[in-house]
Formats: sequence, C-alpha cells, structure tokens
Amino acid sequence: MTNRRPTFDRIPRRCRFLAAVVMLCWQGVAFAWFGSEQPQVRVTEPYMDMHTGPGRGYPVFYVAGKGEQVTVIKRRTDWFKVRTRRGREGWVPLAKIRSTVDAGGDGIDWGKASHQAFIDRRIEIGFSAGDFDGARSLTGYVGYALTPNILVQLEGGKLLGDFSDGEILQGSVQLSPFPEWRVSPFFSLGTGIIRTHPHSTIVRSEDREDEIVHAGLGAHVYLTDRFVMRVEYRRHTVLTSRDENQEVDQWKAGFSVFF
Amino acid sequence: MESRIQRIFLSDAAKRKGISRAGGSRCVTVLLLALAWLLAPVTVLAESAVLLEDPPLAVRDPERRPVRVDRIDTENFEVGVFTGLLDVEDFGSQSLLGVRAAYHVTEDLFVEAAYARSKLGRTSFEELSGGAQLLTDGERDLSYWSVSAGWDILPGESFIGRRWAFKSSLYLLLGAGSTRFGGDDVFTLNAGLGYRFILLDWLALHVTAQDHMFESDLLGKSEDKHNFEVSGSLTVFF
Repeated sequence: MTNRRPTFDRIPRRCRFLAAVVMLCWQGVAFAWFGSEQPQVRVTEPYMDMHTGPGRGYPVFYVAGKGEQVTVIKRRTDWFKVRTRRGREGWVPLAKIRSTVDAGGDGIDWGKASHQAFIDRRIEIGFSAGDFDGARSLTGYVGYALTPNILVQLEGGKLLGDFSDGEILQGSVQLSPFPEWRVSPFFSLGTGIIRTHPHSTIVRSEDREDEIVHAGLGAHVYLTDRFVMRVEYRRHTVLTSRDENQEVDQWKAGFSVFF
Repeated sequence: MESRIQRIFLSDAAKRKGISRAGGSRCVTVLLLALAWLLAPVTVLAESAVLLEDPPLAVRDPERRPVRVDRIDTENFEVGVFTGLLDVEDFGSQSLLGVRAAYHVTEDLFVEAAYARSKLGRTSFEELSGGAQLLTDGERDLSYWSVSAGWDILPGESFIGRRWAFKSSLYLLLGAGSTRFGGDDVFTLNAGLGYRFILLDWLALHVTAQDHMFESDLLGKSEDKHNFEVSGSLTVFF
C-alpha cells in the first residue's frame, strides 16, 4: 500500500492561502451580518413620519401610529430604516426615533455624536492641506487618543513644490490641555523622514532623504456630528547631512472624522 | 444458602423468643444498609415528584433584552469604481478608470477619496510637426488622487415614467490632491458637481463632472491648466 499524503498537503499552497483568506473574510462578514441586531421598538408619540430615504429631502410616504411596533433594520448617518408589522419600510430621523420605547416600555439610549463624543474619541482620521516653505503640502493622518489630552498620530504627506516634490512620513504626539473647549488648542512634537526629488524639467540632481523633527501649535474646532476642523502651525528642523540644519515653517488646515 | 436466609428471617422471631444468636444481628444490619442504599435514589425521586406536583405560583416576566443601538447595522461607507473621459488641456481627451470611497458623516456631508488613471494624448504641436515627441511613453501615464468634501445640496426623488420613483441627490465636490503629469507630481485642486441615483438602498449610480486644476510649466511657461472630467460610477453602501 502506498503512503498517501494527508489531504491538506495535496492542496496547492496558493489555494490554501486563498482558502484561509476566504474563511477569515467569511468570519468578518458573518459577524457583521449575524452579529447585528434588528430590535423592535414601539411608537409613543401620536405619530411617526416615515421618509422614502435617509434625508429630510426625501418625502414622507407613511405614518406609523401611536403604539405601533416597528423593527429597526439599519442605520445611515442619523437616519434609521424601520419596518412596520404590515411590511412598510421607511426611514426615520434620530430626533423622531428617540421617543420610541423598547418591548418593556423603557426609553432607549440612541446616542448622538456630540462634542462629548469627540472628547471621548478613540480614533481620529483626517486630511489637511497647506504650505510647506513655499511648496504645497497634503497630509493624511490617523490618530489614537490615549486620554482626552493625549493623541498619538501617524501621518504621511506629499509635498508639491515648483522645483521639486517629496514625501514626508512622521509620528507625533499631541497634547490638548483643554479638550472640553469647543476650540481646543494643542501642542505637538514629532519626528520622521523627508524625501525630496527635483522635478524632471530641472537639471538633474540627487534625490535626498533626511530626518526631520518638529514642534507645533494648533487647534481643534468641533463643527458638527463627527466632523472636526484642525488648523496647525509647525516649525520643522531638517537634519541635513550638510553643515547647517534647515528650518522650515509649515501651515496647514484640514478636517477630521472620529470614532 | 437456604439455611442462611432462614437464619436471617428467623432471627427476629428468635430474638422475641429470647434466643440469642450473634451472627443474626450482624446480617440484619447489613441488609438494612443495603436496602437504604438501594432506596436512596427512589426517595430523592419521590421528593422531586412532590415538587413537580406543586408548582410555584409566581408569574414569569416576558424575556426582556435591552435595545443595543450600537449593534444596529450601519451603512455609512460607500465604495465604487468609475470610468469616463478626462480632457487634459493641450493633450486631448482620453478614457479614465478609477476607484472612489466615501464616508457619510451626516445626511448632508461626506468625505471622499478617489484615485484614477488615464493616458495623455498627443498635443497639436506633436501632431503637426510629424515626428516630434514632447514626452516619453512612461511620462504619458497620468494618474491622480484626491480627497474631497462633498455636500448633498439637492436630495430628492427622480421619476421615470409614472410608476417608478428613485431616490437621488445632487452634490458638490471640492477637494485637493496630486496629479502625476508629464513625469512630475503636481498639486491639484478639484471642484465639481455630481448626481447620485440610488437604485437600491445599497447600490447607487453616479454621474460626475469635475475640473482638475493645476499649474504646469511643461510646455515652456508656467500656467494654470483646467482639465475636465466626466465620469460614471457604480457604488455600494456598506
């Protein structure tokens, strides 16, 4: 009798990897799908308007009456899609669904992205544009808030100048002494690398890569829901291989969303 | 064997009769212990039977689970592909292919990132002069990425015939990014108008018209270039 290899070994390596990825994805999808809930709530106001879409511009096409039980199917921004017992499906804004109660007649905490939610945020993702010593800068960043006062951040930027362009990759720490203020100032300190390439229309010169450190001053301005504006001034020091280090000023403004 | 059993059953009678037999009393103890052991489970069963016969009169509350709003399925992300025409100033119109991803922050506002690739055509100068080439083949590859803020200004319904009504929305886009143009990256501002036609709750079609503006000195002097894009997208919400 020949010694047969186990079945798993006979699957090609690439297929095995693919199978593992598919299985992992399925886990994620299954969790998202089946992990979600469709709670039943009861209308307590005299009526609850149902819109055809998730926005105040979409017309009201049905009205759920007092005492009627509806199933909440899903949510988009601050709108909830509900289904009545007769199978009518429509969208209800947060302000209206707030007055519904659960099966036991108790009120429900529907939550609302607010300034407090921003103070308690964990993740902040944003994009900013500005000026980097005469060049335009575009920066994307992801921050993780350790406490309301301390945010650690990773950022990648593109610098676009008249004669050269480049990339900048930095890690920084932001300290906000007054997170509860609507316009909340912060200080930042960070370090990273900067890479520059001269334009192709310019006489050829070498690409450069240098270390860069910065100190900055800025402010978060809480706007609405999950939207925050951010403005910042930074003083960079490029640690060049030449005799003198280079000092660079940067201004930037942008928007963040938070979770 | 027979005599043994006789002894056990006779032992009590023997006691009453005043007959004393040491071995008999020990046997009785063993027998009683064995009986107790055998009947122990029966007694427990009997006790539970008593419990079953006498149910408590308490009224059970219906099962109540608190509503967990964070477990409701959210659909704030929208991703999709787009294709269309990009007209690059001096370089003619070429087809365009790209991907876009948006996060809807409120019912009116969203942020969107897009990446697209296209090719640069030939300038009129190149066409007329015959063999002259301004750019190499590699430099004719054009790509851009942008991050934009979007504002849904006219959400409403669109009607097709008398029977069909679709949700739709007209939106403004304003953003910034970078374009790979003629072998260099240039800072680009984009502004435009889009129309989102929602086929199903999770599926939408877009028609977008945008202007990508950048400054370039590729053709000698530095000047602002306006590059118009018209594209159609298919996106899904999740």
